[in-house]
Amino acid sequence: MSGKVAIVGGGAAGMAAALSALQAGAEVTLFEKGSALGGILNQCIHNGFGLSYFKEELTGPEFAERLADKVRDSAIDVRLDTAILSIGKDLSIAYESPKGSGTLRADAIVYTAGSLERSAGAIALPGDRPSGILTAGQAQLYLNHYGYLPGKKIFILGSGDIGLIMARRLTLEGAKVLGVAELCPYPNGLNRNIVQCLEDYDIPLYLSHTVTRAYGKGRLTAIELSEVGPDRNPIPGTGRRIECDTLVLSIGLLPLLSLLRPLGLRKNLAGQIEVDDSLMSSLPGLFMAGNALHVHDLVDNVALEAETAGREAARMALGERASGGKELLSKAGDGIGYLIPGRIRESGEEEVLFRFRVRVPNKDCFLVFSQGDKILKKIKKMSIIPSEMEFVKIPKKLLDFSQKTTIEVKLCH
Amino acid sequence: MPLRELVCIRCPRGCLLTVDEETLEVKGNFCPRGKDYGMKEVSAPERILTSTVAIKGASLPLCPVKTSAPIPKGKLFEGMKAIAEVSIAAPVAAGDVLVKDFLGIEGVDLVATRSFKKEGN
Repeated sequence: MSGKVAIVGGGAAGMAAALSALQAGAEVTLFEKGSALGGILNQCIHNGFGLSYFKEELTGPEFAERLADKVRDSAIDVRLDTAILSIGKDLSIAYESPKGSGTLRADAIVYTAGSLERSAGAIALPGDRPSGILTAGQAQLYLNHYGYLPGKKIFILGSGDIGLIMARRLTLEGAKVLGVAELCPYPNGLNRNIVQCLEDYDIPLYLSHTVTRAYGKGRLTAIELSEVGPDRNPIPGTGRRIECDTLVLSIGLLPLLSLLRPLGLRKNLAGQIEVDDSLMSSLPGLFMAGNALHVHDLVDNVALEAETAGREAARMALGERASGGKELLSKAGDGIGYLIPGRIRESGEEEVLFRFRVRVPNKDCFLVFSQGDKILKKIKKMSIIPSEMEFVKIPKKLLDFSQKTTIEVKLCH
Repeated sequence: MPLRELVCIRCPRGCLLTVDEETLEVKGNFCPRGKDYGMKEVSAPERILTSTVAIKGASLPLCPVKTSAPIPKGKLFEGMKAIAEVSIAAPVAAGDVLVKDFLGIEGVDLVATRSFKKEGN
């Protein structure tokens, strides 16, 4: 083992993973397709980042720069403007850049390629196909990097955090944001963003509503906003026409997994790459972290998660990974959207950190971790919402590795 | 006594605060920042303003900026107008003060939040 760790993607996850792999003794190469480190943080010019990771409130570019400075001052081999063409089962990475193409044979890989926004195609919006329909991240890129205001009268579909942040940003830059529609009966962004991005500017939030039609030849001229029922289907006859020139979509992010598809990695029921408690996928040596594994609400948590993946990848690459012992499976039970990790190793760390989200908002409930009839941990929750990720640590010594019973977390009343 | 319910926006935790509008007593906060937020939000609400200014000679035409401390909520649009007048040239380092005492508010500066090297033509 020569101890080579390759990092795929130079956003917050990739940089944090690279730094921790280096610290753990590996020889690290970081591939980034863009011409700067930092990924999506560079266009997130708002504040609110870093409170837990740097103990200081930072904007996105500042958070990125802190990590990028450390990477630049380290022995990490950073390859900017470099596209990954393929990842092999033997952990070889084929890449191409303006300087040429090549292959790097790694001893471990941390895959931190981030996520993609769901676009208009994902919601099969009926009506015309004019210009003026774009994702919140696209609007953010145009406005914050190039100074183009994408429209003057804007409607936003989806109450994800990026959509809320853009509602405020577009308003401050002089556009009129007419409203935000959310399919669910509750907002999907963080509470603080509802307050500081919508309420501060008197932007209406239409819960249990969706956009049912786009109108316009050439450019968008109006949308139809309809109420949805408990089944989340539009209620006929509730449609109303809203004149606008731009529709911004903030309807969710999906892990960017196209490069991994040929590897046939195991996935969980939510479609995420299944990992063990060291964040290693079903292909030995391939680790996952950040939004490529599961979509986070806070970059601070992305960086912490990636540190684990980087350290574990270095151990693997250096032949220092604890082995032996048995494995248990874990799964998301009633009321839980997904659970990471999906496998827990008897060896390795003494504690397992579970990450998950509930399906719908709940009050006065319990999170219950169990293995068969045995309750491992029961946590009282006054209030729990899907837009905030949950973290629970459980010591492995509480788990019974001698039987094959699956670990389960569920929401109980 | 008039009580006001607020969601704290100082961090993503989003504590639900109850503030007495007369005594400014804050309940429901997890940390001291919540107490400070609750008191200020009821008496004199303020926000950090983030935006961009034009930059010449950098890899992008815009440099992100922020106010170094929160400014009164009622002055956000005035702040945007003032920011639109600012134009800088690379190189710039994150943390560089671009406008001292922004909007005439003592101790609050407009600072760059990203570093840019000077690019060759």
